[in-house]
Amino acid sequence: MLNRGRNIEKGRVITRRMFILAAAKILLFAGISSRLYNLQISDREKYEILSDKNRIREWKTPPQRGIILDNFNKVLASNDRVFQLHLILDEINDFDLTIFKIKNLIGLDQFEIKKLYKKKERLKPWDTLVVSDNLTWEQFSKINLYLHELEGAKPVLSTSRFYPYANDLVHIVGYVGDASLKDLEKPEIKENFVPGLKVGKYGIENSQEKMLIGNYGIKRYEVNASGKRISQIDYIKERQGNKINLTIDIEIQKYAQELLKGKAGSICAMDIYTGEVVAMASSPTYDPNKFTHGINQKDWQEIRNNPLKPLINKSIAGLYSPGSTFKPLVALAALEYGILDPDKTIRCKGHKHPYELYGVKYHCWKKEGHGYMKLRNAIKQSCDIYFYEMARLLGVDKLSIIAKRYGLGTNVLGDLYNDEKNGLVPDTKWKRRALEQSWYLGETVINGIGQGYIQTTPLQLCLMTAQIANGGYKIKPHIIKDESINYKDVINKIKLDQSNFPLHERNYLDDIKVEFYQRMYHKKSNINFVLDAMFGSTNEQYGTSYKSRYDDPKYQFAGKTGTSQVRRITDLDRELDLDTDQIEYKKRDHALYIAFAPYKDPRYAISVIIEHGGSGSKAAAPLASKLIKRIIDRHKLREQFNNGNTSLA
Amino acid sequence: MLRERIQASNYSFLDKLKSIDYLLILLILAIGSISVFAIYSTEGGKFSFYTKNHIIRLSVFFSLFLVLSFVRVSTWYKNAYLFYIVGLVLLITVLFFGISASGATRWINLYFLNLQPSELMKIAVIICFARYYHRIQSSDIQSYKFLIQPIILLIIPCYLVIQQPDLGTSILIAGSGIAIIWLAGLNIKYFVYSGLLLLVSLPFVISVLKPYQKSRILTFFNPDRDPLGAGYQIIQSKIAIGSGGFFGKGYLKGTQSYLEFLPEKHTDFIFTLFSEEFGFLGSIILLFLYILLIYRIINVGLVSRSFFAKLYCFGFATAIFLYVFVNIAMVLGMLPIVGAPLPIMSYGGSSLLSIMLGLSIVMSCKIYNQEQISVY
Repeated sequence: MLNRGRNIEKGRVITRRMFILAAAKILLFAGISSRLYNLQISDREKYEILSDKNRIREWKTPPQRGIILDNFNKVLASNDRVFQLHLILDEINDFDLTIFKIKNLIGLDQFEIKKLYKKKERLKPWDTLVVSDNLTWEQFSKINLYLHELEGAKPVLSTSRFYPYANDLVHIVGYVGDASLKDLEKPEIKENFVPGLKVGKYGIENSQEKMLIGNYGIKRYEVNASGKRISQIDYIKERQGNKINLTIDIEIQKYAQELLKGKAGSICAMDIYTGEVVAMASSPTYDPNKFTHGINQKDWQEIRNNPLKPLINKSIAGLYSPGSTFKPLVALAALEYGILDPDKTIRCKGHKHPYELYGVKYHCWKKEGHGYMKLRNAIKQSCDIYFYEMARLLGVDKLSIIAKRYGLGTNVLGDLYNDEKNGLVPDTKWKRRALEQSWYLGETVINGIGQGYIQTTPLQLCLMTAQIANGGYKIKPHIIKDESINYKDVINKIKLDQSNFPLHERNYLDDIKVEFYQRMYHKKSNINFVLDAMFGSTNEQYGTSYKSRYDDPKYQFAGKTGTSQVRRITDLDRELDLDTDQIEYKKRDHALYIAFAPYKDPRYAISVIIEHGGSGSKAAAPLASKLIKRIIDRHKLREQFNNGNTSLA
Repeated sequence: MLRERIQASNYSFLDKLKSIDYLLILLILAIGSISVFAIYSTEGGKFSFYTKNHIIRLSVFFSLFLVLSFVRVSTWYKNAYLFYIVGLVLLITVLFFGISASGATRWINLYFLNLQPSELMKIAVIICFARYYHRIQSSDIQSYKFLIQPIILLIIPCYLVIQQPDLGTSILIAGSGIAIIWLAGLNIKYFVYSGLLLLVSLPFVISVLKPYQKSRILTFFNPDRDPLGAGYQIIQSKIAIGSGGFFGKGYLKGTQSYLEFLPEKHTDFIFTLFSEEFGFLGSIILLFLYILLIYRIINVGLVSRSFFAKLYCFGFATAIFLYVFVNIAMVLGMLPIVGAPLPIMSYGGSSLLSIMLGLSIVMSCKIYNQEQISVY
C-alpha cells in the first residue's frame, strides 16, 4: 500500500511538473508569435524595402552627349559607341586577383596596371573604377564570357565623343575628358554623372555642359545573392543632351585653319550685322580626339613643348598690341571729338627728323618719310607721325571711351570660354589705379599707333572692325546660334536707322552705355570718312595692302594693316633695317590685318594676326584676301540657309 | 474488462487500431505535406533532388512510424538502455570513422543514408532517462547517488557531440535530458543552483568555444557587426520574414529565397522561406500545428498508465518544443545561430528518422496505454 501511495505521489509530481513546463512552453511560443508580429506586421515596410534593396540593383546608363553642329547643320562633334569595363569596388573581395584575371583577359601591360592601382587609391571604396573606356569588341566579348568569374566587373556600353574635323575646331568646340574632382562639383555634372562619363574640358563642350550632358537612364534589375541579373524590371531611358548649333561655317573655318598652317596666329571672321562668328581659327592646333580616352604622354609632351603654343586659343586668349590696325579707331575718335580737321596737313620727314616730344623722339615706320599728309592719306599709308600728333591732341581718355565702345577692353563672348582675355584699353584712371603712376603724354603718343599699354585679342579687333563697318552700330557677337535673334530684322533695323540720318538725343561723346543694335557714333560722316580711308588703304596706289586687293566689286574689300612691335626698336635696328627673315623669330613683329567686305554694302569683318610674321601687308593681308573671297562665295548660301531654307545644306 | 485489457497480449488488432491517435497522425501528415511544398519551393518550383528525396524519406519513415507504433511499449522499456548504448557506440564511431562536411564530422555513411547519430541520441537520451526514472522511488530521486548517474549519462553524449562540433544538437540533447530530470521531480533548488553556476561559468565556457561559435554568439547580439559574414544569415532571414508581411509574398514567390539570399533554406532556414511566402498568417498556422502536435503528445502521456510512458511522452513533447522553439527563435534572430533543424519540416534524413522514431514510441504508448510495466 505504501508503494502504491508513493506511486500516486510520483504520478502527481510528474503531472504537476509537466503543467509547469507546458505553461513555460506557451509563454515562449507567445514570445515567438509576438516577434513574428513585430517583424511581419509592425516593421513590414522596413523589411520590404530591405528586401527590394536586396533583390533590385540599379544600373545607370550613360547619357549621350548632345551633338554640336555648324551653321549648316554639319556635325562638328558626334558620339561613337565604345565598350568599357568598370569595376564596382565594394563588390570586390580580392582586388589583386580580379585585376590579375582582367589582365589575362584583355592584356594590360605593367604600366597600365600601375595606373589602375593609383586610380583606385584615389577612389572611395564604394566608387567605380573604370578599367578601360575603350575596349575592342574582342576584349569586350571576352569579358562578357568570363563575367561570372570577375568580381564586381561590369561591362558597359557607352558612347564617346568624336570630332570629325579634329584639329580644325578644337579651339572653338573644345574637347572632353575624364571628370576631375572639380568637374564633379559642378551641379550639372554632379546630377547627371555616371562613372566613365566624359565631360567637357574646354570650349563649348565645357561651358555648355548643362545643355550637352543629358540625363542618365536607370535600368533596374532583379538580381540574386551573387549579383547575377535575373530579369529587368524597369528602364528609365536616358536622355541625350541637347544639340547645339554654332554660327561657324566649317568650310570657312577649315580654310582659315589651312591658311594658318605652319604659322602661329589667328583668323576671325564675323557677320557685321548679326554678330555671328563665322570662323575663329587659331594656329597651331591639336587633335581633340586624342584627349577623349586620355592623351598619351608622348602626344601631350609634343603639344606642350611646341614653342608656338597650340594650347593657347590665340583668337581670344592671345593678347597683342593692335599696332596700326588701331588707327582707324584713333582717327574716328579724333574726328568725333572734333580734334582736328581731316584736311590738316602734317609733314612726315623720315627717320632723320622724327616727331619729338619733351626731347623724346618718335619715329615713323617709313625710313624716308611720307611727306605732307592729310588724315585720309595718313590712314591709307599708315603714317605714324600724323597719328602721334593726333593722339597728343586727342588725349588718352577720350580715345579710351571710343575704343571701349567699339569693343576693345572687354571679352567678346562673355563666359563661353574660361580663358578669354579682356585685353586692355588704358586711360589715366587705369594707370593710377593699376600702376599707381600718373600718365605721361608720351604714352598717349604711342597709344595713337596702337602700341604701349594697349592690348587686344584678335576677336576684339574683328568686332571693332565689324562695328565700324556696319556704320557704327553695336552688335551682339556670338558663336552659338541664337534663336531669339531674327537676323533679317536686325539687319533691316541697322540699315534703316543709317539711311534716316537720325537726330541724336544722347551725347555720344560721353562715356555712355549703348544698347545692342543702337548707333555708337556722334556723326555719321566720321564713320564714312574712316571707311573710305580704309578703302583707300587697300584699293588705291600707295595703300599698305594694295597688293591684296580685288578689283571685282563683288569681292572688293577695305582694310587696314598693322605691324605690332614685340620690343622697343633701337637706333641700331633702324640703322640695320633688316628684313623679317634676318631677324630672330621671337623678335620679329606680329603681322596684323583687319578688313571688311564687300566694300559696297559690307557684310563681313575679318581680323588676321600672324605672330612674328613681320609686316601686316606682307604676312597678314594676303591671307585675309583669300579668306574674304571664300566667305563671299559662300554668303548667298548662308543667307538662304539662315532665312529658313534649311534644305540647302 | 479492465483486467482483461491490462494484459496487453490480449489486445485485439481492432482494439489497437481503435486506440491509435488519429489526430496525431493527421498532424504529422499535415506538417509533412507542408514540408514537401516548402522544399519544392526552395528548389525554385522545380521537382528535383531535394523534393524527391524528401518525399521518399517522408514515405519510408512514415511507414516505419506506423509499423513501430505497434511495438509494445514494454519492449521499448526493456531495450531503452540498449538504445542508449547503440547511440553512444555510433557517436564514438563518428569520432573515428565519421564523414566530414563543412568543417564538422557528424555523419556515418550507411550507403542509403548518411546517418547523424547525434540526432538519434536526442531520442535515446529521452527513452533512457524515462526508463531510469521509471524505476526510482520518489523518495530516492533527491539523493546524490541517483542524481549523479543521469548526469554522467547526459554528459557523455553531449561531450561527444560538442566534439563533432555540433553545439546546437548538444544543447538540445542536454535540454531533453534535463527536462526529464525536472519532470521526475528533482528539487527546484538544484535547477536554480546549476542555473546560477552556468551563469557564473559563462565567461569560461565562451573562452573554450570555437572561434566560429564565438562569432555566432557575438553576432547574435549585434548582427550588423559583420553583415556579409557571420551576421549575413540572421539579417537576410529577418529581411525575408519581415518582408513577407501578413499574407506573405505568395507560394513560390519568395524573392529572398528564390534569389538565393537565404542560406541553408531547405534545412535550418526552412521556416524563413515558409514565412516569407505565407506571411504572418501562415506562420501562425504552422506554429499552431506544432502546438497541437505537442498537445497530442502530452495527452498521450496523460492517458498512459506507466511512469515510463508518461515521462517519455512529456519528455519527448518538451524535446519537440525545444527543437521548434530553438529553430524558429534562431531564424527570427532571437537566439544565436546554432544549427537546429525544424522537426519534420527541415530536409535531413537523420532528423526526420529520429522524430518519426520518437513519434512511433509515443504512438505505442497510446496504443498500449494501459500496460503496466514492472519495475524490474
